[in-house]
Amino acid sequence: MPIVEIVFYLFGTVLLASALCVVTARNPVYSVLFLVLAFFSAACIWLLLEAEFLAIVLVLVYVGAVMVLFLFVVMMLDINLAQVRAGFARYLPVGILVALAMAAQLFILIWTRGLETQVLVYGSQGDISNTRELGEWLFTRYLYPFEIAGMILLVAIVAAISLTHRRRPETKYQDPSLQVQIKRDERVRLVKMDAVEDGEGEER
Amino acid sequence: MIEQLTIAIWTVTKVMMIMVPLILTVAYYTYFERKVIGYMQARVGPNRVGPKGLFQPFADVFKLLFKEIIIPSNANRFLFVLAPLITLVPAFAAWAVIPFGDGLVLADIDAGLLYILAMTSLGVYGVIVGGWASNSKYAFLGCMRSSAQIVSYEIAMGFALVGVIILAGTLNISSIVEAQSGSVLNWFWLPLFPLFIIYFISGVAETNRAPFDVAEGESEIVAGFHVEYSGAAFALFFLAEYANMILISALTALLFMGGWMSPFHGVPVIGEPGPHWFLLKTAFFMFLFLWFRATFPRYRYDQIMRLGWKVFIPITIVWVLVAGVMRVSGWYGGG
Repeated sequence: MPIVEIVFYLFGTVLLASALCVVTARNPVYSVLFLVLAFFSAACIWLLLEAEFLAIVLVLVYVGAVMVLFLFVVMMLDINLAQVRAGFARYLPVGILVALAMAAQLFILIWTRGLETQVLVYGSQGDISNTRELGEWLFTRYLYPFEIAGMILLVAIVAAISLTHRRRPETKYQDPSLQVQIKRDERVRLVKMDAVEDGEGEER
Repeated sequence: MIEQLTIAIWTVTKVMMIMVPLILTVAYYTYFERKVIGYMQARVGPNRVGPKGLFQPFADVFKLLFKEIIIPSNANRFLFVLAPLITLVPAFAAWAVIPFGDGLVLADIDAGLLYILAMTSLGVYGVIVGGWASNSKYAFLGCMRSSAQIVSYEIAMGFALVGVIILAGTLNISSIVEAQSGSVLNWFWLPLFPLFIIYFISGVAETNRAPFDVAEGESEIVAGFHVEYSGAAFALFFLAEYANMILISALTALLFMGGWMSPFHGVPVIGEPGPHWFLLKTAFFMFLFLWFRATFPRYRYDQIMRLGWKVFIPITIVWVLVAGVMRVSGWYGGG
């Protein structure tokens, strides 16, 4: 067996095992960390396929940013594990049904289309880097879908922020530009007083 | 098989040739830091161990190694021990794509800059996991602050790099340096001046150094995420922090200050490019880290967030557009 295949199966096993652990781990923080491991193994498999750009971006975006916030939230939550466990047995049949349906769909898809995929070949292969190739496709042939996807994401961000953002009257906040523009006269008042010595005042 | 073996041995040798000097640099960086800050505060700094205190770093290392590693009773043992490693590994792994001179690089990969971004963003896990596993409120507060700060400043940092990528037209770090060849005026600090400043300041914030060290904040939360760590485990956090500082300095030198290009372009002998110029520039930025620490008071937490989100990110977005115009109009970077 060539070494690439051994490495592939190694990463694949780690990926599947960690994905399984995400749902079975007792501690939610462990679940998130296993999900991080799953993403990382997926990135390694993509690297084997020489999709270096996608692999690194997966690590950068999902592992480096999204999962950090995830971990942040999970650590703050007070999750009642007993309740979650109780739900697990109850929803298991539904879960199995959904999993079976998805597997069947995948199977039908592979059965009708076959395993051959449409591979984009751009220019002369090899000497043009993966990143450049992907960028040129995205900004020429797939420009509209790409821009529309970006627009949808932007709208989603704006919607999420406007839904959660509210200004409460009791909130105190500072305006740094006002703080910087403050003048001495607005804060300090110098009062002139005659110097008075104790006892005899006619000394000066 | 023998061929593969020689390649493996050669690679390990090259890794060692980067790792060992790096660790030694970290050791003497701590010495240098104490000396510089000492003189800035009209003190002498360490001067007892060896001539002029030169063996002080080794004394510190052996002291830390022989100390007991205390694991808090309610801590999560596995994650507590794992956290320093999670911080250390990406800090060292990022060095794989740093070119020290023309062709002097361990892995000359095409997406080198993205790789660096991905690796530096992994380091935050060590901080979060360490703070959480300690089961201590100071550590937890420190890790929350630190992760919020790192995630925020990563965005400004990423945008600053986008400007560099636009002008250079490549993600390969060696090619980025090649794109800056010429005199001092050809280096990217000039056309990308705001991004250069923002990149370095964000780098200081990313490494949790003063004046952005609220994650450690001795006076309020004792030492932040590593308050419960002692001995060798603490030493690993320390090593990772300093390796990251050197990495940020090296990247600033490579991306904005022309890497191994000589500032005296065209002058014989000293005008020759070479690794020594890269090391000198890196040393200069490393010195800036210490200078900042000695002279600036600590930022307040909400001001750090404001600076990152409301000042740096808008400036970088505008300057990315400016860089795009420079590139398209052919005014800079050959069109």
